[in-house]
Amino acid sequence: MTPNAPLKLDGAFSIDEVGKLVRALDDHRKALPSKGEVVVDLEGVESLDGASVAVLTKHLRDLERKGHTIRIEGGDDRLRGEITADVGRAATAGEPTPGFFSQIGTSTLAVYGATKDIFSFVGEVVLSVIGVAKEPKTGNYRDVFRIAERAGADAVPIVLFINFLVGFVMGFQGAKQLKMFGANIFVADLVGLSVTRELGPLMTAIILAGRSGSAFAAELSTMKVSEEIDALRTMGFGPMRYLVFPRALGLMLVAPILTIFADFVGIMGGLVVGVTSLDLGVRGYIVETQKAVTAWDFNSGLVKSVAFALVIALISCQQGFSAEGGAEGVGRKTTSSVVTSLFALVIVDTLFTIFFRAFDL
Amino acid sequence: MSGQAYRRRDSRTANERAEETRPMISVRNLKMGWGEKILQEDATFDVPRGSTFGILGGSGCGKSTMLRYLVGLDKPMAGKIEIDGIGEPDLEVGRPRYGVMFQSGALFGSMTVEENIALGVKQWSDVPDDCVAELVAKNLALVGLDGSQTKMPSELSGGMKKRVAIARALALEPHLIFLDEPSAGLDPVASAELDKLILRLCHERGTTVVIVTHELESIFAVISDAIYLDKQTKTILARGNPRELKQDTSNPTVHAFFNRIARDT
Repeated sequence: MTPNAPLKLDGAFSIDEVGKLVRALDDHRKALPSKGEVVVDLEGVESLDGASVAVLTKHLRDLERKGHTIRIEGGDDRLRGEITADVGRAATAGEPTPGFFSQIGTSTLAVYGATKDIFSFVGEVVLSVIGVAKEPKTGNYRDVFRIAERAGADAVPIVLFINFLVGFVMGFQGAKQLKMFGANIFVADLVGLSVTRELGPLMTAIILAGRSGSAFAAELSTMKVSEEIDALRTMGFGPMRYLVFPRALGLMLVAPILTIFADFVGIMGGLVVGVTSLDLGVRGYIVETQKAVTAWDFNSGLVKSVAFALVIALISCQQGFSAEGGAEGVGRKTTSSVVTSLFALVIVDTLFTIFFRAFDL
Repeated sequence: MSGQAYRRRDSRTANERAEETRPMISVRNLKMGWGEKILQEDATFDVPRGSTFGILGGSGCGKSTMLRYLVGLDKPMAGKIEIDGIGEPDLEVGRPRYGVMFQSGALFGSMTVEENIALGVKQWSDVPDDCVAELVAKNLALVGLDGSQTKMPSELSGGMKKRVAIARALALEPHLIFLDEPSAGLDPVASAELDKLILRLCHERGTTVVIVTHELESIFAVISDAIYLDKQTKTILARGNPRELKQDTSNPTVHAFFNRIARDT
């Protein structure tokens, strides 16, 4: 193709042979001088489908942007009109991808917004608890037991299994070190204290976050995206009182009970290690555990477990309520409820440890 | 029936007669939208008592948003909405004073049809527990779904869900109900049945029905009074009976909508 020669299109162009057109247009562009008029001759065109028009339009618009002027000649009036109009119209590729700084700004604002949402959610929960206290009839107690059963009774096997293994592993790891000093019996102290003060409540809370927190978030976010929460509101049921209150209460009721089970089987795990590999007697191990673990060690774990349950329930319900979009939103919020809960559990646990240490508890 | 005792017409007091002419909903200088997106600048209209009132317009003009304002799910950017005998719409915990049917039905997925309808009745009325089932059956019969009490929402078709949602909205015998796109996505027969039901409600119970829709057949079949919201001008472009609006050629947008005329492209 010689410079300034018209772009001459001949024959039929369809989506199946669009590659041929792309190559022809590329050759045309390479052969053009930097500026000047480009004449497009459509006289020989038999047919040009939508895909081919789009490719041609893109090519002509690029040329126009580089400073060429376009003149379309020959061919069908309607086709000429369509191409002229398409070239003239700004490309509508939707919103441009935000830049680096814009993305940082948007993310920062999103974190700020999410934090604000969590605080306003907690505020609403407090108001709803006051509301239920004032008008007990408006509380949803029926669901408390259903939720307690699902989050509590159904979780017993996994809580027992995991915590037994945790006690067992603790015992083994401790035994190796303590054996060196001939302090075998102190495995009972190590396992007893770690399980009751720390691992029992924490492992139970992690199971609750994974089992029940995710279920709350999935359930509530599905209700949110299918307008069920709006429907509840228009039927005079406050979603806080009807949905959040029973979930929080149910979880707070079962968490300490599960933690008691967890403490018990955790100590059993340590006992199995003591008896099988440290030549300790069952009775001796139990007596040593009783000496080491005070009532407060045990109770502090239960206090923590109630706080953990509240944190899990509030976070997962808040995540559920903030869901948007369809199935994708539900999935995103379910994941986010578990991740946020685990993060919050560790923070709350740390705060408890600092608090207990500060007051020598 | 609405549960009101029988009273001879001429025994009404002057106050009661004045009440009958007062609008059910009055909207004044409503600004609608969020953030930078404005859907209506300054909407003012009344919903007459006992009417089947349509909020009409093309897709994205803010019909459903208007409904959310009217029922109190969202607060307007400016302006005032007043519902007769209620004041500003609010959704405080307590017995609801109007019924709402959402576009998808929004039935509670974990409850049976019966539990969905009985939920509000059990919570907010003194209907004895053993009579609630009777009331549910009566409401289901009204929407033509008697016998579906034990079904779960997932077992129902789209049209059936909407009808159960209407039965749920009517369970506490409100004087005002809101319906969001009641006939969208229904087959022609189901859609016609729903139209008949809405008319019966209006005539037999005197319920004021506010309907958001863009289904022309339903509009002409049931709506007695309507407003047409316009996206471009952000105003109420027309107001009145749809049949009269169809004849009116003064505004091309409204004329095109009611006569199903395609825009020039």
